[in-house]
Amino acid sequence: MLIEGQVRIPSGCAVSSIFSRSGKRFSGEDIITSIEVMHDRSNGLGGGFAGYGIYPEYKEFYALHIFYDNVSAKHECEEFLEKFFDIVNLSKIPTKKVKSITDEPLIWRYFVTPLKTKLADSQLEENEYVVKQVFRVNTNIKGAYIFSSGKNMGIFKAVGFPEEVGRFYKLDEYKGYFWTAHGRYPTNTPGWWGGAHPFGLLDYSIVHNGEISSYDANRRFIEMYGYKCTLLTDTEVITYMVDYLVRRQKLSLEETAAVIAAPFWMTIENMPESERKKHEYLRNRFSSLLITGPFSILLGFEGGIMALNDRLKLRSMVVGEKDDNVYIASEECAIRVIAPVLDKLWAPKGGQPVIFTKDRI
Amino acid sequence: MKIDCQKYGVHFKDLNDYIRNSLEKRIDLENCIGQRYIGAAISGKEIYINGTPGNALGAYLNGGKITVYGNAQDATGDTMNDGEIIVHGSVGDALGYAMRGGEIYVKGDSGYRTGIHIKEYAEKKPVIVVGGVFGSFLGEYMAGGIIVILNLNNCEIVGNFIGTGMHGGKIFIRSEKPLKNLPGQVSCNVASKEDLEEIKRYICKFSSVFSINCDIILNTNFYVLKQNEKNPYKKLYAAN
Repeated sequence: MLIEGQVRIPSGCAVSSIFSRSGKRFSGEDIITSIEVMHDRSNGLGGGFAGYGIYPEYKEFYALHIFYDNVSAKHECEEFLEKFFDIVNLSKIPTKKVKSITDEPLIWRYFVTPLKTKLADSQLEENEYVVKQVFRVNTNIKGAYIFSSGKNMGIFKAVGFPEEVGRFYKLDEYKGYFWTAHGRYPTNTPGWWGGAHPFGLLDYSIVHNGEISSYDANRRFIEMYGYKCTLLTDTEVITYMVDYLVRRQKLSLEETAAVIAAPFWMTIENMPESERKKHEYLRNRFSSLLITGPFSILLGFEGGIMALNDRLKLRSMVVGEKDDNVYIASEECAIRVIAPVLDKLWAPKGGQPVIFTKDRI
Repeated sequence: MKIDCQKYGVHFKDLNDYIRNSLEKRIDLENCIGQRYIGAAISGKEIYINGTPGNALGAYLNGGKITVYGNAQDATGDTMNDGEIIVHGSVGDALGYAMRGGEIYVKGDSGYRTGIHIKEYAEKKPVIVVGGVFGSFLGEYMAGGIIVILNLNNCEIVGNFIGTGMHGGKIFIRSEKPLKNLPGQVSCNVASKEDLEEIKRYICKFSSVFSINCDIILNTNFYVLKQNEKNPYKKLYAAN
């Protein structure tokens, strides 16, 4: 069977998220209910969740979630991790038998921190050091795949319908202040667990509904900066683009949105001078990072969320607000099912970034 | 007949089979939550919906009436042929896509691509009336029918690509300020008395359905957009 990386899969999908601006933590039950309403937007070939604030007792440590095809891959990977990290805790990720979810790999979780001497020797920043080791595992160790690597957050994904995946991972037993969810509808899939969304790197996670037509242009550019696109999925390349623009180039989220969903030149022409100059600069400087084709993405990061549609708005997205909670989903019904009465419900415009961050307390 | 959609308890296929096979003319849906294709291709029934119906509400609708007490999602009235859809809220993207007959009334706003590809033939003339404002690509590739934007909150009209590729029909937009950024394929003029006479009955219908004073709407300025008959497609695709 061909897996992700050997065959490219265009996909439809559903996305949903719940974000508590006050940082109040709640279980994964609501996000499962929300994504379940959009059941027919997925076809059972991939579902997943990202939860933020779920590991407060280990919040200083990187939480690595890893799929292993077999025990020997696990041994090899653990040997590698021990060389570069201090592993303070490791365990199987608890799961529950769900009839429709089969062929599960070995799923392990490690709370780690870089070995001080190794980190000093590498002369890298801590984040960069972790990214490097994640890429080394994912490209060099056959049968091992790190699918989550942030602090105090975790990604949970599988082949199956999203609501089944949520129950499989017992997300009702975790508590976070922010959850995202994804239901996948690939038109043709090799059906590999690693290919499901969300896709993550450090504390960035992306769920995505769409089919970007600029994939190869984006990939060629981003691979010049040390990222390796191993999965051939849109979501993977978008994650690396965001990491590159926000973490490495230090662009703001608004500027990042102005790069990947840039306004049309005709819109830029009509902007006031300072705005126009800024947008002209961004479009020219990062022209290879413009994403074309339909997409709606939810970018999660420590303390915040950004939602973004492609500039032509070829995918749907609605935002609901109720007290401290923000709900963003592909369909209004996915919000109403968990929050029937809202203070506000609106649809962002194409290319308009919607950013919410935790209130400072 | 009342059907309780019980959160997500009822799948759209069962719900639609139920509606289609029911002998009763009036059907009330309670707690509707995302069920798709409600009323697809049916005729001669009245469906009243409480909750949030799913995408493609009233697709291929062939007669009768669908009323939503809330918002509707994307592709409402997709390829609708006859009948009426009334939404006491706002709607998502692609309202009335490729519609060829019937009438749609939306109290609030409509999303991107409202009324794209709508067309008319002989006595078949689709009509869309939106009480608020709209997203970009309003009436793109429109070939017939009427779209009326009432802009009741007097917002500035900011949608891009209005009527791009238009080659038939009329778009009426209520606005005091002139419209900006119109593509070369449309001509834009202040609506004349005769123009307004043509849409008066749809506006009156909107007023009576949503209890809004008709005269206040009619006594303000409308722009009417039609295809630009002077070589409209010059340079649309190639420098000819």
